Amino acid sequence: MNFLQMILEALESLAGNKLRSGLTMLGIIIGVAAVISMLAIGAGAQASINNSINSIGTNLIFISPNNEATNPKPLTAEDAAAIKASVPSVASVSALLQGRVQVSVAGKSKSTTVMAVAPEYASLRSLNVTEGSFITPAMIEARSAVVVLGPTVAETLFGRTENLTGQVVRLGSQPFRVIGVLESKGGSGFGNQDDQVIIPLTTGQTRLLNRTPHDRVDQILVQVASSEQVTRAGNDITALLLDRHHRQVGSEDFSLLKQQDILNTAQSITGVLTLFLGGVGGISLLVGGIGIMNIMLVSVTERTREIGLRKALGARRRDILTQFLIESAAISLVGGAMGILLSWGIVTIIGQLAVSSGTALIPVINLDAILLATVFSAAVGLFFGIYPANRAANLQPVEALRTE
Amino acid sequence: MSDDPVIRVKHLRKVYRMGMIEVQALQDISFEIQRGEILSIMGPSGSGKSTLMNILGCLDSPTSGEYILDGVPVANLRDDQLAQIRNRKVGFVFQSFNLLPRLTALANTGLPLRYAGVVKGRDTRARQALEAVGLGERLNHRPTELSGGQQQRVAIARALVNDPAILLADEPTGNLDSKAGREIMELLLTLNRERGTTVIIVTHDPTIAAQTQRVIHLRDGLIEEAA
Repeated sequence: MNFLQMILEALESLAGNKLRSGLTMLGIIIGVAAVISMLAIGAGAQASINNSINSIGTNLIFISPNNEATNPKPLTAEDAAAIKASVPSVASVSALLQGRVQVSVAGKSKSTTVMAVAPEYASLRSLNVTEGSFITPAMIEARSAVVVLGPTVAETLFGRTENLTGQVVRLGSQPFRVIGVLESKGGSGFGNQDDQVIIPLTTGQTRLLNRTPHDRVDQILVQVASSEQVTRAGNDITALLLDRHHRQVGSEDFSLLKQQDILNTAQSITGVLTLFLGGVGGISLLVGGIGIMNIMLVSVTERTREIGLRKALGARRRDILTQFLIESAAISLVGGAMGILLSWGIVTIIGQLAVSSGTALIPVINLDAILLATVFSAAVGLFFGIYPANRAANLQPVEALRTE
Repeated sequence: MSDDPVIRVKHLRKVYRMGMIEVQALQDISFEIQRGEILSIMGPSGSGKSTLMNILGCLDSPTSGEYILDGVPVANLRDDQLAQIRNRKVGFVFQSFNLLPRLTALANTGLPLRYAGVVKGRDTRARQALEAVGLGERLNHRPTELSGGQQQRVAIARALVNDPAILLADEPTGNLDSKAGREIMELLLTLNRERGTTVIIVTHDPTIAAQTQRVIHLRDGLIEEAA
């Protein structure tokens, strides 16, 4: 029998009871829309988190003191120098000190993060200056009282982010000369990188962020030349620091955190999140499928006499089975198509809301999600259509014809 | 066309089991129907005439006995094989017409051709069948737009469309007023006379039975007499 004609007939039969078919379809529409938009939101969250992790630099290793070790030796600027000197795959290194400070100028002040770093820090964290310059080796040498302002700080103190080099601000009570302003990176992810001021490492050590012992640093930031070498560089650094601190493996007084590890953790979290959201959507699709089964069972009961007649006229079991399966598949496929359209609308609205509230969450509908939802909804239609269709196909013509 | 009888039934028995009780709906029925005959099967309700009609129409299988329809032994066929026999060899006309309300007269008439796998020329054959019953002007009307008599004509066209060996009519005039009933009866007689269609009418109406060449009377699952 002509397949196209069977599809037309199924659609015609569904059109015969528009309200009922529409309501049944609504279950599938909502289910498919939920699956796709949930997956899209998950993918958007994943992309935005990856983005903000990648914005802190590439192939970074963060070395911090391990405070749980007994008698820890502090990390020092010499440790940083030794890593730079003896681990070949390391591209650049910066020790850093970090603290909070009150920045003030002419009656305006703001509490912000102060970072005392080496000149390499700029390239490590992909920081650029919009004017002036970053910290230079000469300033490290001279322990200069100079500062690079983050754009948020500049905006708060001066109401502008240009023409600021040469201005003097106070960090705490000490005057610092502004040598540059950082380019804005947008305020999200790992600390607001716009709301900070940066000073030379040596200046921080001697004047603003004094530590005991004197040469102690809060963190050493390492950039590895290529992503393939990160694991090896990590091992080399661990071996070097164990040696320098006279510690055994297992009692390290420092800890390494690779950027890739953060990325992996974040991805597994967002992966679980996506799966969870998709699962919620999947459940509603399943409920929609049960709706199809319900309606098809009612339809079989109502049309018992029609089925009997068709059988009397020569329809085989297979003909009746196909007829009813096509009807339920048509409900779920048309519903699926409308669900895809609806999810596109939902995702657009959520994207707009995210943009207007300043969140960097852009939902991404990918083809996988659409295919998944389409295949899944067709499968739901067929699966939940099988039982009613089978019931129709197994009706005995004599009894079916006797039904009023 | 061969001279073999179109229907040969021998020692046909049908037993229903309703729980523990066995009901003998048909006990030892034997008869033959020749090609081109028009006859009636009569009997009071409970006489087994519905059961006999279902078996003759291949809607049901006998418990035992032999049934040869148009040269094919059909007593022991499986459901799907019976469906094909019904499709090719039996045309049904029901008391309540049994047209599909969503389909036009033409589509209703073409339905058996669909299950026969006919794609090309389906509409042409359906139109010819409708013209043969005098409904050539009503091809695209739906059943609700037709009178009872017209609906029954569509049903007869549907029964004829696949050129069956027998036309089986179950109380064909039962749901019609007497004028429409007379016209339908006239149509069946004409089809028998002019096309040589074998027509079997199941009825309890003696005036209908009187118009056919032969009457088979059933009582308690047995043939009472063959007039």
